[in-house]
Amino acid sequence: MSEYLIKNGFVFDPVLGIKGDKVDVGIKDGKIVEASDVSSKAKKIDASGKTVMAAGVDVHAHVAGPKVNVGRNYRPEDKLFKGSPKSGMKRMEGGFSVPTTFRTGYNYARMGYGFVMEAAMPPLYARHVHEEIRDTPIIDEAALPVFGNNWFVLEYLKNGEVENTAAYIAWLLRMTRGFGVKNVNPGGTEAWGWGLNCPTIHDPVPYFDITPAQIIRGLIEANEFLGLPHCMHVHGNSLGEPGNYTVTLDTLKQAEGFSPKGSFGRDQVLHHTHLQFHSYGGDSYASKSFESKSKEIMDYVNSVDNITFDMGCVTLDETTTMTADGPFEHHLTELNHLKWANTDVELETAAGVVPYVYNPKTFIAGAQWAIGIELALYAKDMMKVFVTTDHPNAGPFTRYPRVIKWLMSRKAREDVLDNVLKYGDTVRDRCFIGEIDRELSLYEIAMMTRAGPAKALGLAHMFGSLKPGLEGDVVVYPFNPETDDDPEKIEQAFSNCSFLVKSGQLVIDKGEIVSNGTKRTLWVDAKVNENPQVMRDVEQKFLKYYSVNLGNYEVTGHHFVPNPYVIEVDATQ
Amino acid sequence: MDTVTLTLKTPPTLYLEADNISPDVFAGKKASEIAELHVFEGREQFQLGKYFDVAGSAATTAADTRIVVKGDTTRVKYIGMKMSAGEILVEGDADMYTGAWMQGGSIRVNGNVDAFTGIGMTGGEITIKGNAGNYLGAAYRGDWRGMQGGTIRVLGNAGSDTGYFMNGGEIIIEGDADVHVGTHAEGGRIIIKGNGKSKIGGQMVQGEIIVFGTIDVMMPGFKYVEDVEMEVDGTNANFALYHGDLGERHPKKKGQIVYGKLYQKI
Repeated sequence: MSEYLIKNGFVFDPVLGIKGDKVDVGIKDGKIVEASDVSSKAKKIDASGKTVMAAGVDVHAHVAGPKVNVGRNYRPEDKLFKGSPKSGMKRMEGGFSVPTTFRTGYNYARMGYGFVMEAAMPPLYARHVHEEIRDTPIIDEAALPVFGNNWFVLEYLKNGEVENTAAYIAWLLRMTRGFGVKNVNPGGTEAWGWGLNCPTIHDPVPYFDITPAQIIRGLIEANEFLGLPHCMHVHGNSLGEPGNYTVTLDTLKQAEGFSPKGSFGRDQVLHHTHLQFHSYGGDSYASKSFESKSKEIMDYVNSVDNITFDMGCVTLDETTTMTADGPFEHHLTELNHLKWANTDVELETAAGVVPYVYNPKTFIAGAQWAIGIELALYAKDMMKVFVTTDHPNAGPFTRYPRVIKWLMSRKAREDVLDNVLKYGDTVRDRCFIGEIDRELSLYEIAMMTRAGPAKALGLAHMFGSLKPGLEGDVVVYPFNPETDDDPEKIEQAFSNCSFLVKSGQLVIDKGEIVSNGTKRTLWVDAKVNENPQVMRDVEQKFLKYYSVNLGNYEVTGHHFVPNPYVIEVDATQ
Repeated sequence: MDTVTLTLKTPPTLYLEADNISPDVFAGKKASEIAELHVFEGREQFQLGKYFDVAGSAATTAADTRIVVKGDTTRVKYIGMKMSAGEILVEGDADMYTGAWMQGGSIRVNGNVDAFTGIGMTGGEITIKGNAGNYLGAAYRGDWRGMQGGTIRVLGNAGSDTGYFMNGGEIIIEGDADVHVGTHAEGGRIIIKGNGKSKIGGQMVQGEIIVFGTIDVMMPGFKYVEDVEMEVDGTNANFALYHGDLGERHPKKKGQIVYGKLYQKI
């Protein structure tokens, strides 16, 4: 395989503690090696005057599967005037907020990302998810199946059967080639089947008579029983509702008393995703009432060691919201009257899709934008907070560089408040953004975009650092940390890297995509003791309720996962 | 005002995507430069000069530029797309998307136009001497932002789905209109001087539709309110006013519910 030597760049690596020193990086046989270990035949990449990091790791984005495809199908206007034709080996690209699979892979590569987690896989449609993952070039991916409204889980946890829950999780991860435990609007999505919701974590789910609090704690316990690489990954109840910060604090407190098990090196037992949508005060969206509660939320998050979160930063764009939080999407279409798609996934979950315009001429979009950034700027440990836009819900992932610009430059934030937002002064008044002068460093950005998420996903042994032995995923950004001080340069550089080596292969050369890579699908194979009760329950539920035969459920074979990378976990005792 | 004349010399075998035929693109260019602008025939890119003889030069600004298109342009799409000022005269027919997303200026077509004329337009004037196809002044596929402003006048008939998702502006059809008029409209005004067919104002939230002739089948979501006398495009007459679509949501203004208004001449 090829050898590369990336020379003279300013390296940022929080795992190795390198803060912009000039260090050469060697890549050999697909892995990072000491610069002295590459041969003289290694291709030299001149990174002088540029920033070098491990490739980015995205902890949460909706990039593949049925709801993403509904977004593509029912939003042809999202592709209008946004296509680019095939050129060389690079395939045709299209779309903005719900890009084609090809554009998804290419744009992540252009941003210097090497791994992306598809954040919500409906188990019944796992085959579709994997077909799209397969068709997304370059980046390694994995997918989190959703568990928080699954009938098996609700029934087992109602009876406090953690071991059965764990056995079911292990079985489902194997069936769906899934990576971990996603928990969307615990109980609330199932309640949506009755036209209801669970606005707080203490509202029982109809029929099942279990509370979201029980589901959250039960899934944490089952996750740690198995010792999975990643922790329970929750999208809390009452997303987007004014005054929901109390629900969020209650949700976060469910992690108290739990500590991580297993051998993957993460510190957290609960990852709260798109925390921005869950940090609202007030009782309406009007500026008289609505306010940021980022301080209250971060006071709690900073005080504990076993929680991580991602931002879900609003980017002030026209986008497409999509979530397994069915009742929320109905609420949204009632609000903006735009087209609504909704589906129920049998015993497992549901989903909705609604286009949304975060209009900078409205107060609320400005306040949402501010809250996402405040959460990150109030964080004490940047290894616990990750850059996301909950793509495409708060904005497309292609805006990460813009989010990074806002985090790194107060000038850029002030520019939004003064010149982009119509009600910038009201946003200053109702939020904290105006009084925060913190500007993050590239070292901290490297924590939030690679080292931190890799650790939280239990993938620190593969991604997030330039430590010898890790995957050969290295990016060179055209940004000189010593001389570049224009915030716009940050956004440009992080949008279009100069070089990307992915799994030891040069994928972007001088800013041009030169390879479709050899993408892999990561999944977790957790071995548990034989559990006849769970297997009997599975067979009975398939006979009684499922619309498909058990034999047609599993994601099998080369067609769906042509290049698997299996992470094995032994939970037998 | 400076005039550029395009005369079709080689009719395309396939359809021609000629969104560069616009005063905004032509402004400041000489005939030779205009002939070098690109067009698509199918998926291949060619120069405008391959199909058209170009005579005359454009003015420095779009507003002072007039474009005359001669010859059989039945297969030419996107004439005047996104134009903001100036004038276009098409002497024959034009294909789809004429004046799409137009912002200002004027387009006159002496022949017929095909579908999607003036979709999403925000300003300016389009006059069609012949007939218009489907989706006149409508929204792009999937979009909820149809015609927002400006005026479209069709001297002949219009096809189906006129003013789909229309939010503003005015469409005047001097002949008849096919099915689906003002579907999902949230503003604007559609005048049909001939006859309407059916499905007029379906899921209409706000806006006005005025029909001078017959309506084959009235939507069940429309309710007769009263007779009113008014002047419409130079004609004084009595009209029966209907409110609808009652099956759709309707906003409130000053405590009053705002309905879509459908007038039929008595």
